[in-house]
Amino acid sequence: MSGEISRDEVAHVASLARLRLSDNELDTFTEQLCVVLETAAQLNSLDLSEVPPMAQPYPLTNVLRPDVIVPSLDRDEVLAQAPEAEDGRFRVPPALGEAP
Amino acid sequence: MSSAFELAAAIRAGEQSAVAAAETSFDTIDGRDEEVHAFLHLTKQRAHAQAEAVDKAVAAGQDPGPLAGVPIAIKDNMCTRGEPTTCSSKILEGWRPPYDATVIGRLEAAGAVIVGKTNLDEFAMGSSTENSAFGPTRNPRDTSRVPGGSSGGSAAAVAADFVPLSLGSDTGGSIRQPAALCGVVGVKPSYGAVSRYGLIAFASSLDQIGPFAHDVTDAALCLDVISGHDPRDATSIPTALTPTLPTVNDGVAGMRIGLIDELMADGIDDDVIARTNQAAEALIAAGATVERVSIPATIYGLAAYYLIAPAEASSNLARFDGVRYGHRVDGQNVAAMNVATRSAGFGDEVKRRIMLGTYALSSGYYDAYYGKAQRVRTLLADEFATAYEKFDLLLSPTSPSTAFEIGAKSDPMALYMCDVCTIPSNLAGHPAMSVPFGVGDDGLPVGVQVLAPMLEEAKMFRAAKALEDAAKGMS
Amino acid sequence: MSEPAVLPEGWEMVIGLEVHVELATATKLFCGCANSFGDAPNTNICPTCLGLPGSLPVANEQAVEYAMQLGRALNCTVSRSIFARKNYFYPDMPKDFQTTQYEEPTNSEGFVVLPDGTSVGVERAHIEEDTGKSTHLGGGGRIHDATATLVDYNRAGVPLVEIVSHPVMHDAETARAYVAELRDILLVTGVSDARMEEGSMRVDANVSVRPVGSDELRTRCEVKNINSLRSLGRAINYEARRHVDLWTNGESPRQETRHWDEDGGRSTSGRSKEDADDYRYFACPDLPPLVPTQADIDAIDAAMPALPAARRAALAVAAGVLVADTALTVERGLDVLVIAAIEAGADPTAAMKHADQNLSDGQGQLTPATFAALVAMESEGTLSSTQVKTVLGELVTNGGEPADIAATMGFEAMDTSELETLLDGIIDASPDEWARFVEGDRKVQGHFVGQIMKATQGKADGKVVNQLMTQRANQG
Repeated sequence: MSGEISRDEVAHVASLARLRLSDNELDTFTEQLCVVLETAAQLNSLDLSEVPPMAQPYPLTNVLRPDVIVPSLDRDEVLAQAPEAEDGRFRVPPALGEAP
Repeated sequence: MSSAFELAAAIRAGEQSAVAAAETSFDTIDGRDEEVHAFLHLTKQRAHAQAEAVDKAVAAGQDPGPLAGVPIAIKDNMCTRGEPTTCSSKILEGWRPPYDATVIGRLEAAGAVIVGKTNLDEFAMGSSTENSAFGPTRNPRDTSRVPGGSSGGSAAAVAADFVPLSLGSDTGGSIRQPAALCGVVGVKPSYGAVSRYGLIAFASSLDQIGPFAHDVTDAALCLDVISGHDPRDATSIPTALTPTLPTVNDGVAGMRIGLIDELMADGIDDDVIARTNQAAEALIAAGATVERVSIPATIYGLAAYYLIAPAEASSNLARFDGVRYGHRVDGQNVAAMNVATRSAGFGDEVKRRIMLGTYALSSGYYDAYYGKAQRVRTLLADEFATAYEKFDLLLSPTSPSTAFEIGAKSDPMALYMCDVCTIPSNLAGHPAMSVPFGVGDDGLPVGVQVLAPMLEEAKMFRAAKALEDAAKGMS
Repeated sequence: MSEPAVLPEGWEMVIGLEVHVELATATKLFCGCANSFGDAPNTNICPTCLGLPGSLPVANEQAVEYAMQLGRALNCTVSRSIFARKNYFYPDMPKDFQTTQYEEPTNSEGFVVLPDGTSVGVERAHIEEDTGKSTHLGGGGRIHDATATLVDYNRAGVPLVEIVSHPVMHDAETARAYVAELRDILLVTGVSDARMEEGSMRVDANVSVRPVGSDELRTRCEVKNINSLRSLGRAINYEARRHVDLWTNGESPRQETRHWDEDGGRSTSGRSKEDADDYRYFACPDLPPLVPTQADIDAIDAAMPALPAARRAALAVAAGVLVADTALTVERGLDVLVIAAIEAGADPTAAMKHADQNLSDGQGQLTPATFAALVAMESEGTLSSTQVKTVLGELVTNGGEPADIAATMGFEAMDTSELETLLDGIIDASPDEWARFVEGDRKVQGHFVGQIMKATQGKADGKVVNQLMTQRANQG
């Protein structure tokens, strides 16, 4: 990794992250991200091929819960917090196209 | 103000009323929080109801618990049912969760009285609480300065004597660094020691909830209440922590303590280094041995952290999409609404970290960035393990400098550097805490950091207490 | 019977199927909300399955058990697995990431044996959570003209196993048989109720084509919205033909997801896979790995019920027939009966024949012992075929012993010499007809058989009578 990120790459990343940036913001963020990634580039000097990634700080396995029903939330309390609700459902502007 | 320990004892004994303690708290807040801005919202009704219940229990001869009637403030990234929980972000403005975080339940079961939610850097991303969407918090010791971050509000609430205890969260130092800057005690427990259920996630493999207090004993009292296994958190350690309060005064005689070389070097202010050296002397005087130890991987901590934390955050914050709760900016279709909502609702630092994190996980970059950073964690943990073969505890400064002026550090990278001493413990998952130890050349608080192996909080607290005792005798 | 070829000569289709099955657990994958179809919207929700800020997942032990059982039923290797986050936005996604398994799935590299003996490779069968359900308002329910979308999260977090086959099927019939076999396996193991019409089993087809004899894999399209086995066949054939048309016109199909329109009988363009999100998979930090032990896997194997493929194989061995010829018997649930009857001495061919032809309503009160005894009586010639069928019917309906029933019905073994005497009598009484029979007129045969049947009240064995007449005629 070079620590460099281009303005185009930042624009692409912003769209993946569901953010819309103004031209100014794109410029500023590109500059700032480059600086951070340069710091990240310090890791290049390390040979970590023999070092496994840390999965968990405190390693656990097989953490499971029994298949027993637990009371659900009150729908009214939840929908009261929704920006828009209708017919017991969350209402949003139309979703164009199917899910991936 | 009396300590939490003393206050709870007095309330349990019927010598003081919980309701009165809550009133006092609110009066103090009323008198000064306009200036300090530690709180985002006060929970007067809930506090009153809880305080009354405590007094009633005492009158009925029951024991309301170890924190009976103690007013406590909660960082506003922990869910409190029916009360605003905003993470200091516009995107959650007005949201009232339909459930309590596990720690809230544990506190209230112990008799604690929650008085309000405190300010933070938006979504816990920051080291100064200047990234709050609702205005910064000011350091009670000098209101032209930052209290540190991201748990600046909780640190200030204790430092300003609004409450004897508060909860913060620590992902890269967000409890310890503000504790140091405000002159209070701040603890990051072992990863998994305190349930994260109800803590609004920033970086899931790094986040931990912990207490702020005026003194080590109060912090121990609080930690013993909030820690413990939670079946709702699959990363929760199965066994409870060894309680820290019973042995807090046991001293450090015979302990071997390592002073971390790499954190006593360039990048740390001279006065902070001087105070840390004094702290080492104090521990020696108390019967411990202190030697320098090198943990080379600590210098890579910042780089690894600023890949891992944003990566996990980018995924954790995807849910803020305007669909189910929080702020919504309308759009022609749901995708447009999603983008408009997030663009308007998130502040710059949050956007920066989301993009950094998205990039670090993206196709073609995963191995070089996120993947590599996860290996650095193992490297660091291994080096710590080696150090802990020789030492019981480690010592370092908490923050490279004392509190800086509000607005002084506008460059993101400069702010990231604040975490250089605290980040390694988050990466390794080990506990660490900051204890006030004198002041810097500018008269502002300095904190020193005690680090311990996984699950060795009790030992860590003993050293912290020894430092606290020594600090009392300092000029 | 040959059908017209689906594709022009020289082309073959390549099919892989992704089948999502909902597990029959009481609760969701990561929380204690009810796993229930048809409840009022948003009544089975909690902080976790709603993805509320601060919520955390904890895996359902029954879901994990079912997933491993399913893996073993598909002959997979069950191994250490890790939950991963698949990051993308859609309103029915509570967290805007789906918790699934990516690099280390629970089950990998298995196979399914179809009734005709074909083996279809299974690449993986991994655990993941389901999404909520979106309803589109306005525009006649079609997505593209909708004015709003309503979301119900009852289904969000329901445990799924996604079964991914290798792309080794080459016609719609095989694909349908594969799905039917999967469904049978799911029902026998109890892991899912596998109802396509309710959505507890969903099939997506990956279709491409290539020249016969080549082993290349050309551009493929994923076809979704297939709601029945019939649609599956239609969709596959349509899509394969569409690809061939494009290739023969010098074009190529776009790599994309397509939507099957059952009413219109065609697939329509959906999302382009090239524009697809970068899912940025990474191991979910909130969920520790699942590590099954060999003991866990052995226990699952030991408790595994008899699966259809194994039953077909066992019957083929016992009856000495091809596996493909056992499908009907096993489907009817008669294999255990037939195998036991064979072990009790019944002639395998006869037993299989009766199972296929005369037991279409099931075995009822028939037992292996009585079945074997009856088949033996048939082999010895004690009863005629017609009589056997009648006795069999009685055994199925009311049980009992074949010899007793035969006696009650008056089905006695008819001595061959008795028959000869009878025949002689009828020959004497019908000399003209007999002369014609001897000269080779077979049409007159029925006259004699009919007379004998009348005289014996149907007890004579028609085959034996014919033999005797032929012998007589040859004697002169």
